[in-house]
Amino acid sequence: MNKLSKGKRGNQAIDDPIIEISNMHKWFGDFHVLKGIDLTVQKKERIVICGPSGSGKSTLIRCINRLEEHQKGKITVDNIELTNNVKNIEKIRTEVGMVFQNFNLFPHLTIIENLTLGPIWVRKTPKAKAEEDAMFYLKKVNIEEQAKKYPGQLSGGQQQRVAIARSLCMNPKVMLFDEPTSALDPEMIKEVLDVMIDLAHEGMTMIVVTHEMGFAKSVAHRVLFMDFGQIVETNTPEEFFTNPQNERTKLFLSQIL
Amino acid sequence: MEALSANIKEDLKPPRVNIGIIGWVRANLFNGVFNSILTIVMLFLLWKTIPPLLQWAFIDSTWLAGSASCRQSPEGACWSIISKNFRFIIFGFYPYELQWRPLVAMIILFSLLFYSRNRNNWKKSLGYAWITGLILMGILMKGGLLGLKSVETTQWGGLPLTLLLAVFGLTAAYPLGVVLALGRQSKMKGVKVLSILYIELIRGVPLISLLFMSSIIFPLFLPEGITINKILRAQVAIILFTAAYIAEVVRGGLQGMTQGQYEAAEALGLNYYLTLRLVILPQALKIVIPPTVSILISAFKDTSLVVIIALFDLLKTTQSVLSNPEWMGFSREAYMFIAILYFAGCFSMSNYSRKLERELSRG
Ligand SMILES: Nc1ncnc2c1ncn2[C@@H]1O[C@H](COP(=O)(O)OP(=O)(O)OP(=O)(O)O)[C@@H](O)[C@H]1O
Ligand SMILES: [Mg+2]
Repeated sequence: MNKLSKGKRGNQAIDDPIIEISNMHKWFGDFHVLKGIDLTVQKKERIVICGPSGSGKSTLIRCINRLEEHQKGKITVDNIELTNNVKNIEKIRTEVGMVFQNFNLFPHLTIIENLTLGPIWVRKTPKAKAEEDAMFYLKKVNIEEQAKKYPGQLSGGQQQRVAIARSLCMNPKVMLFDEPTSALDPEMIKEVLDVMIDLAHEGMTMIVVTHEMGFAKSVAHRVLFMDFGQIVETNTPEEFFTNPQNERTKLFLSQIL
Repeated sequence: MEALSANIKEDLKPPRVNIGIIGWVRANLFNGVFNSILTIVMLFLLWKTIPPLLQWAFIDSTWLAGSASCRQSPEGACWSIISKNFRFIIFGFYPYELQWRPLVAMIILFSLLFYSRNRNNWKKSLGYAWITGLILMGILMKGGLLGLKSVETTQWGGLPLTLLLAVFGLTAAYPLGVVLALGRQSKMKGVKVLSILYIELIRGVPLISLLFMSSIIFPLFLPEGITINKILRAQVAIILFTAAYIAEVVRGGLQGMTQGQYEAAEALGLNYYLTLRLVILPQALKIVIPPTVSILISAFKDTSLVVIIALFDLLKTTQSVLSNPEWMGFSREAYMFIAILYFAGCFSMSNYSRKLERELSRG
């Protein structure tokens, strides 16, 4: 693991796992979506997951914060095992931030209220402090002047940056991204990717489902390729793109590159 | 390229439309043959009806004199039926010399309602004000405390009774309806089935039959010697009935919420209760303000059905005045007066809902 991340820009992954998934299976009814996933993510590690539509990428990362329930195998996040224990689930969710394809901002709240909701109600941060933090993160994603507006008044790229800031306000240990740029117009993709790259350089642990290969090349320590509910190939970005081992990976890359 | 940027630079003002009264009339009343005909027909009908109505209601009418002088001028309205019986219509059989008490209670109620109109006033202190106000109103109506003479609830009637049934009925039915709607969406099978059963059973019966059941059938099941206040029973029937309808409307609002909203809230670590309270309900309830208010308005009017179980609400006190030989035959005036009171209540509700919608739709 350490070797893989050598020479990468930014922080290096430390040999200290924060997420451990072993032999994890998931079914939707009779449909076997995830077929024995094994994955260990180190602190500060950045992983990009790609693969064809329907291969189970979203389902995998949604299992990590229990938006989907796995039926077999084991998932441990920050030394807490994900079971039906509601308190543990809530604890893990405060440590794991998630950014969705469709932003999912709360349309009835202003931007600043979107950002402070979690800190105030979950972390019990005093309102003034929560707002101060929120402004800090809004500045970080370059939209502090929009704080008093409502999500509907912002462009897609701005909304996604707000969504990232909203997750950051909870001070998470891991960030999950599910195709964060695929609902955006091309000219807005870059502003979101730039924010994510900054985040990567600050040492955030990230798992990103994306087909933005430029992003994968510049920040990922590892790229995973999923197909039919399995992780078919794991490799460094350099190897992954120039010298893929698996036939299905080759086919997939030939289609998207 | 040059031409293009020149084009972009010129910001045009929106074209001015010729407004003014004539312009407005032309644009709205006479824009086309059909609309012109319609306008003329309407004007004709108004001219035929409004002046005679005004003549009847205001010019030929009797305001304060007794019923005898009313009968001498039958071409005008006899508002004396209201002015001469005002206190009975409003307060029913509440002891005459104690009628200041329900009056003060109603003033407290209206002040609280008026003050609560402004959302900026929705603070904890307002909640305490309401609780204090409700206790005060109860003491005023019931007496038996603080040196106030006790008044049996059988003597309550008129407007205070109508307001009591309406205000308590609506404020209790709303949260109950929301809970039922959530129950119907619940993942717990038992809760879900019970909610559905309740909602469908209640919606399958008319309010009248619920009121009959509560006043006639229900007491049969009680052990001898135990009676439950009749007003309370009617109140419960109204609450249970209205809640079922509100539940269905709120369910519509909940279905309008995307899965993404739940997920985003949960991903922040909010528990189920907080997710509902902070994210889902504020949006879902806002969407359904218009249909909810329709239900509340019709529930307000439906409180008048308690006449059938012999409660003397506003409608019943009016009817008993009309059954007095002295005032027989002046039902037009009497019912018009009642209609105006109900209209004032309903209109302020719908007015308020529009104000609320406007305020909440920012963003
Ligand atoms: N709630 C659900 N119920 C039933 N089937 C589902 C559900 N969610 C996803 N699936 C199915 O599971 C499979 C994997 O879905 P998933 O969303 O994880 O794919 P994905 O790799 O993220 O694809 P995409 O690139 O299109 O987002 C798909 O075949 C999908 O139809
Ligand atoms: Mg997906």
